[in-house]
Amino acid sequence: MSLVNLHQVHKFYGDHHVLKGIDLDIKAGEVVSIIGKSGSGKSTLLRCINGLEHYQEGGITVDGKEVTTEDIQVRRLALSVGMIFQNFNLFPHMTVGENVMLAPTIVLKKSKAEAETTARAMLEKVGLAEKFDSFPEKLSGGQQQRVAIARALAMSPKVLLCDEITSALDPELVGEVLKVLEQLAKEGITLVLVTHEMNFARDVGSRVVFMHQGKVWEQGDPKTILSNPQTDELKQFMGAVL
Amino acid sequence: MLYFSDLLQYSDVFLSGLKTTVELTVLTTILGVALGTACATIRQYGNRASQRVVSVYVELIRNTPFIVQLFFIFFGLPAIGMMLSPWEASMIALTINLGAYSTEIIRAGLASISKGQIEAAKVLGLNFRQTLTRVIFVPAFEKIYPALTSQCIIVMLGSAVISQISVQDLTYAANLVQSRNFRAFESYLVTALMYLGLSILLRFAFNALGKRLFAYRTAD
Ligand SMILES: Nc1ncnc2c1ncn2[C@@H]1O[C@H](COP(=O)(O)OP(=O)(O)OP(=O)(O)O)[C@@H](O)[C@H]1O
Ligand SMILES: [Mg+2]
Repeated sequence: MSLVNLHQVHKFYGDHHVLKGIDLDIKAGEVVSIIGKSGSGKSTLLRCINGLEHYQEGGITVDGKEVTTEDIQVRRLALSVGMIFQNFNLFPHMTVGENVMLAPTIVLKKSKAEAETTARAMLEKVGLAEKFDSFPEKLSGGQQQRVAIARALAMSPKVLLCDEITSALDPELVGEVLKVLEQLAKEGITLVLVTHEMNFARDVGSRVVFMHQGKVWEQGDPKTILSNPQTDELKQFMGAVL
Repeated sequence: MLYFSDLLQYSDVFLSGLKTTVELTVLTTILGVALGTACATIRQYGNRASQRVVSVYVELIRNTPFIVQLFFIFFGLPAIGMMLSPWEASMIALTINLGAYSTEIIRAGLASISKGQIEAAKVLGLNFRQTLTRVIFVPAFEKIYPALTSQCIIVMLGSAVISQISVQDLTYAANLVQSRNFRAFESYLVTALMYLGLSILLRFAFNALGKRLFAYRTAD
């Protein structure tokens, strides 16, 4: 059964046609890597899936329910779609623990004790249990990003969207974040990630989607598509990143 | 010769004036900052029409003298049936004045919060009110805290003007005393020192509050 479905999605910023009829079907448990040049519409695609951006034509459903940007919809969506950003976006005035507990307590109305138990478990999962009482600015970028992952996981999302979540990190910190993602993938969480990490896409991903000029240009099994690209555009792109 | 001892018999007058000034300052600081917070939120996140209304208010207040605002409220409003006591008129005038100046200051704080913070709250399912109170306000106020507290002190000092409509504040006390004993030098010097003391006290209070509110900055 499909968890995320996009049907002929068109998105414009004013006159600028950014998504030109996207069809995409993602099943539960898939790890989908979206690759493509800057400006090809990767972030926009993710932001349409979780209702952060409005789209003009077509339809998107998550878990069978239609996605719109109506505020209430975004909030309901938040329960099934988690998102991690390039810049972590942890709340600086809250401890790590408070960051993770915030949404479960005020959105899911969990008790503080229950939220804390979940928060500790999620932080354990990303290997940061001991940072519960630290403030974000005292952590390295890699640690902050892992907290952001724990924060999203605490809402038990059905699908996790990641937009270049290792791009702002120093090279030596990328690995620890990818390791967490790999672990999540093994546990069967559905991941949709915009990434430049081709090794990760190849070794962990179940599918690669190559976007070009606002379209899904080519997609398929990572090993096949990355070692044997069919279109000139993907060949060119592969040449540029390698 | 200076005769500070001549002031002693008027110490009750000074103390009661001081009390009035302190009371008005505390009240108008709280109300004014609350008003400024509400207006800044509208200015930053509201719809076009409500933004326009706030802009008109802010510009109106920031481009007219405080004493004229005060006189308008106290002497002008009765013409349309609003009779206010001097104390009430002063309270309203000071609140409106601080509200306008703090709107601009607080708005700068709100503007400093990145779109990413707001989106992070949104994708976690927080509604806008929760986002404001839980995610935006603390870091926003931290950014502009020194400017905001300075403005509160400026308004406290500016409140001296309300003695003009016979509110028996600290300045009123000074006027009264020097008109009785003709010790203008001593009266105003003592009064100035009392205002200075108040300013210093307020700064201490604001700093202590700031340390608590923004504890995360100094935490280890
Ligand atoms: N808020 C916006 N307003 C107007 N145009 C936008 C906006 N956001 C993105 N765009 C434009 O839409 C196009 C797609 O942007 P998008 O951010 O989705 O690309 P991307 O594939 O994520 O690129 P990158 O790899 O640089 O992150 C770009 O041409 C961009 O300039
Ligand atoms: Mg992008």
